Amino acid sequence: MTAVQHRPTSTEESRVASTVQTSPAPSSSDGVLSGGGAAPLVRRRRKTMANALLPLGVLAVLLGIWYAITYLVLDPGRRFLMPPPQDVVTDALLDGPTMERIGTALWNTVVVSFTGLAIAIVIGMSWAVLMSQAKAAERSLFPYAVALQCIPILALVPLIGFWFGFGFLSRVIVCVLIALFPIVSNTLFGLQSVDRGMHELFDLHGAGRVTRLVKLQFPAAMPAVFAGFRISAGLSVVGAIVGDIFFKQGTPGLGIVLDNFRSRLQGAELFAAILVAAALGIAVFLLFGWLGKLAVGRWYDQSRDAG
Amino acid sequence: MSTLSASAPATTSVPLAGSAPPAAGTRVLHFRDVAKAFPDGTVALEGVDLDVRRGEFVTVVGPSGCGKSTLLRIASGLSPATAGTVQMDAERIGYVFQDATLLPWRSVLKNVQLLAELHGMSKTATNQASRDALELVGLKGHEKKLPRALSGGMKMRASLARSLTLDPDLFLFDEPFGALDEITRERLNDELIRLFTSKGFGALFITHSVSEAVYLSTRVLVMSGRPGRIVDSFDVPFGPDRTPELRFTAEFAALAGQVSHALRAGHS
Repeated sequence: MTAVQHRPTSTEESRVASTVQTSPAPSSSDGVLSGGGAAPLVRRRRKTMANALLPLGVLAVLLGIWYAITYLVLDPGRRFLMPPPQDVVTDALLDGPTMERIGTALWNTVVVSFTGLAIAIVIGMSWAVLMSQAKAAERSLFPYAVALQCIPILALVPLIGFWFGFGFLSRVIVCVLIALFPIVSNTLFGLQSVDRGMHELFDLHGAGRVTRLVKLQFPAAMPAVFAGFRISAGLSVVGAIVGDIFFKQGTPGLGIVLDNFRSRLQGAELFAAILVAAALGIAVFLLFGWLGKLAVGRWYDQSRDAG
Repeated sequence: MSTLSASAPATTSVPLAGSAPPAAGTRVLHFRDVAKAFPDGTVALEGVDLDVRRGEFVTVVGPSGCGKSTLLRIASGLSPATAGTVQMDAERIGYVFQDATLLPWRSVLKNVQLLAELHGMSKTATNQASRDALELVGLKGHEKKLPRALSGGMKMRASLARSLTLDPDLFLFDEPFGALDEITRERLNDELIRLFTSKGFGALFITHSVSEAVYLSTRVLVMSGRPGRIVDSFDVPFGPDRTPELRFTAEFAALAGQVSHALRAGHS
C-alpha cells in the first residue's frame, strides 16, 4: 500500500483500492472524495470492531464460568443458588407473570429514585450556590456536606422509617440523602472553577452577583454539575432499592421483589430481577451522560473527564 | 466607516472627521507619584508619573516582573495604588488581557456582545455595535463559531471586538499579543494601528518587545526592574500610516536601539 502511494501515477489506483476496501461504507462518494483518508477509516472501523468484540469476549468467559459453577461446582439440589443462564431466560425473562411483576416494580423504583434525585438536585444546587456566595457560608456549611457523605446512609435508614413511616416518603428521603453529596460538591467545584481572568472581566464592567452567577458561574459549572448528576442518578437507584429492602412495606419496588424471590429460593427469577436492576442503573447512567452532552457537549470535551 | 475598513488596510486610515467625539488631546489617565506595595512587603511600583491623552498611544516596555501589569491593574481600578494620585477621566475603558478570556460556551458574536449586555445597552444598540466591531477586526462571517474553533489570533481579534463595542476612550492592553506567533502578531499590530487611527482613543499598552513598542506607539516609556519606575521616555516620530517596512528603516532601528539601551540600563 505505501509502496503504491510512492508512484505518482498510481494515486488513482490506490484510491480505487481503498474504496473497495471500504465498500460497506454507506455512501461510496465519501470514500472517493476522502482519498488518502480511506486507510485511517479502515483502521478506525477495525478499532470500533475491536471495541465491540473485546467486551463480548469477556462476557463469553463470564458465561463460561457461570456454566462451570452451575454444572460442575453445585450439586443438583443446590442449583437454585445459580441457575444456568438458559433457565434465567426461559423461567423468568420469558415468563409473562414474572416479568409483569418485575416491570411494575421497576416502574415504582423509577418513580421513587427520580423523585429523590429531583429533590436532591434542587437542594444540592441551592446549597452549593449559597456556599459559593460567601466564604463564611462555605466554611460553615461544607463540613455538613462532607459529614453527609461520611455517615453510612444505611445506618440512618431505620431511623428514617421510624420517623416517616415505611412508605413512599421514607424511600424518597433515603434517595435524597444518598444522592445529595455528589451534587453539592460538583456544583460547588464547578462554580468555583471559573478563572480569575474571567472574574476580573466581570469586575471591570461592574457585574453584580446575580449577573455573574447567571452569565459566568452557572454556565462554567455545567460540565461538573452534569458529572455530579450522573453519579447521583445511579446512587438514587441504589437508594430506592435499599429503602425497599429495608422497609418491606408499601408499593413494591425492585427491592421488595428481589427480597421475595430470595426468600422463596426462586433463583432464576432473582437473577432476572437483578439483571433488570442492573439495566436500570446502566440506563440512568447513559441517560445522564447523554443529557450532559446535550447541555455542554457543544463547547466542552467530555472525554476529558474519564467516564 | 464600515465600507472604509472593509476596503483597505493601513493606507486609507485618513482621520475621520466626526468619528472621534471628544477632542483628541483630552487627558484620560493621570498618574502622579504612584506606588504599589504588596502586603508581603514587595514594592512593585514606585514614583510613577504618567499621562495618557486621547489620540496618544503610550507603550510601557520593561523586563518581566517589573510591575507593568500592576500598572494596568491600578489604572483600571482592579487593584488600588498604595500611594500617589490616580485620576481616571475616561468614561469607558477597554481592557485587553494577556489571554483572550472568551467564554467558551458563547459564540463569537455572543462573546462580543457580553460587555454591552453587562452595561445594559439596548438590544438594537448591542447588535449594531457588535456587528461594527466584528467587521472592524475582520471577523465578519465567523459570528457563529465557538472560541475553541478559533486560532490564537482570531481569539484576540474577538477579544478586541468585545472591548470595541463600548467605544472606549481609553484602551488598556496587557501584553495582548505575547502568546502569538510573529506573523500573526505583526498583522495584529497593523490592525491595531488602523483601529487607533480611526477611533482616536487613548491607549496604554504593555509589552516586553521593544520592536512592538516602537512600531505601535506615539510614545514609549521604559520601565526599570523591581521596584518598577519609569526611567526614560521616547517620542516616536512616525506618522499614523505605518507599514511593516517601517521596521527595516534606519530611523526605526536607531530608535529601537535607544529604547533597548535604556531598558538595559534600567535593568542592571
